Amino acid sequence: MAVVYEKTKMLTDKPLHYCPGCTHGIIHRLVAEAIDELGIQGKTIGVAPVGCAVFAYDYFNCDMMEAAHGRAPAVATGCKRVNPGNIVFTYQGDGDLASIGAAEITHAAARNENITVIFVNNAIYGMTGGQMAPTTLPGQVTTTSPYGRDVNHCGYPIRISEMLATLEGPAYINRVSVHDVKNIMNAKKAIKRAFELQMQGKGFSLIEVLSTCPTNWGMTPKEALKWLEDNMIPQYPLGVKKERE
Amino acid sequence: MGQKMLMKGNEAIAEAAIQAGCRFFFGYPITPQNQIPEYMSKRMPQVENGCFLQAESEVSAINMVYGAAGAGARVMTSSSSPGISLKQEGISYIVGAELPCVIVNMVRGGPGLGSIQPAQSDYYQSTRGGGHGDYRMLVLAPASVQEAVELTQQAFDLADKYRNPVLVLGDGLIGQMMEPVEMPEYVKPELPEKTWAATGWTPDSDRERAIINSLYIDPNVLEKHNRKLYEKYAVMEQTECRWQEEMTEDADYVMVAYGTTARICRSAMRKLRDKGVKVGLIRPVTLWPFPNAPIQAAAKHAKAFLTVEMSMGQMVDDVRLAVDGEKPVAFYGRTGGVVPTVREIMDEVEKLAKEGK
Repeated sequence: MAVVYEKTKMLTDKPLHYCPGCTHGIIHRLVAEAIDELGIQGKTIGVAPVGCAVFAYDYFNCDMMEAAHGRAPAVATGCKRVNPGNIVFTYQGDGDLASIGAAEITHAAARNENITVIFVNNAIYGMTGGQMAPTTLPGQVTTTSPYGRDVNHCGYPIRISEMLATLEGPAYINRVSVHDVKNIMNAKKAIKRAFELQMQGKGFSLIEVLSTCPTNWGMTPKEALKWLEDNMIPQYPLGVKKERE
Repeated sequence: MGQKMLMKGNEAIAEAAIQAGCRFFFGYPITPQNQIPEYMSKRMPQVENGCFLQAESEVSAINMVYGAAGAGARVMTSSSSPGISLKQEGISYIVGAELPCVIVNMVRGGPGLGSIQPAQSDYYQSTRGGGHGDYRMLVLAPASVQEAVELTQQAFDLADKYRNPVLVLGDGLIGQMMEPVEMPEYVKPELPEKTWAATGWTPDSDRERAIINSLYIDPNVLEKHNRKLYEKYAVMEQTECRWQEEMTEDADYVMVAYGTTARICRSAMRKLRDKGVKVGLIRPVTLWPFPNAPIQAAAKHAKAFLTVEMSMGQMVDDVRLAVDGEKPVAFYGRTGGVVPTVREIMDEVEKLAKEGK
């Protein structure tokens, strides 16, 4: 019998702990498939964040490091500098990367550190129970912005991809989404390209993946996908923000 | 090699680290330790696979250390008090993940921004863990540039031996002072292979998948992990405790001091001996584990102890714990970056003698 479907060997058999309908599972799968298809499992080191993906080291079937909150790019830097032949990626959420880790991601990008960053943006702190993130949309209700994010009180969301694209350092920055099949396929392409660039020694790449959080958004998975499309994409336009020749 | 050179403490420490096989240094500028990163930035590109990288913050530097140590490298960072405070979270993670590294603290006056002058006011932070959670680390306190060189090299071996960070605790004086120093020929002892390092894995690899991690979500599993760490610390306490004793055998008064302060106490001791005062000195070389044994031994015959520190009194707590009420323990300290003088220390000992303690 012909094999028509096979689970990527880059994911372990450990059941994912993510909430039903959360798109982390899809994004894990895309990253794992990209690594698998490039045949780099044996030299890939992943760096997990603090946040919903904190247990990513249980899922990605390669050597892994668990970083302190926001520090994954620094950890990846240390790791990559020791063994430049390794392919090193971080997998970080928006609280981790855009808030507490804003300095680490900015300087890793500025150095053109030869690593790949998977930045999962769901506009909220998921693991801790739905608090406001630096990426939370104006007016969005969270457990620490119960009246909706008031931009006069706590400012505006940060567009990380656009911000980092102003730097000379990074090789490749792209924002993608996983709210439908077409976009999932496109996200896969972008993630794979980011790893390829690292393999070619081109330097820092960041793929921002717009993601859902049905649990903390208080929506069904289907509603969440629609909400992402209708609300997040206008705030966070998709597409390549930087690609160095 | 083997010849005496005049070197600044900071530079000597940096060179000693390179000689001991340290190939990765991540740091951030702060006075009075800047000569360490500066020296590293010059020297690392000259050695094979050497890498100096100036981090965007102390926080980032210690996390780069985490990544490099997790990848199996000999790695080091250095800073001074406020910067070391910033590194504490990272150090706690490094301990939790059982990674070896060397951290140098050239202590300056605090609290807060404090001063840039030498101090010993980070003793509590250094010997009680410093960051969050249940942990310890070896703390080595050199009293000369030569000793700083030797302890730095040993620090790398000890870190690898125990898979635990080792802190070299100097002060502004040790870092800035120039002294003749002989760089020893570094011979790496036999150490376990770093089979735990994250260097790339496939299911065919002859080791388990490496997970560099300090998260144990199940409290029972974390308790087990912490007990395992404390078994290591128990071995450290038994085997790594170091100190130096001078003229304690017949001493009526025993001074306890480390680092720069111990040198000043030594001068005071000699002058007092010339005057017929029977005074001795115990100099802890490891601040953790703390050398209780020589203090307990001295407590049997000495009339009193005097602890001298460049702080408001921190190590004196450990001296009192060791003496356990058997004899009076006095304290003399200068703080804020002020260095005690020989005269002041002599006065303190003579005061004890006069009081009949």
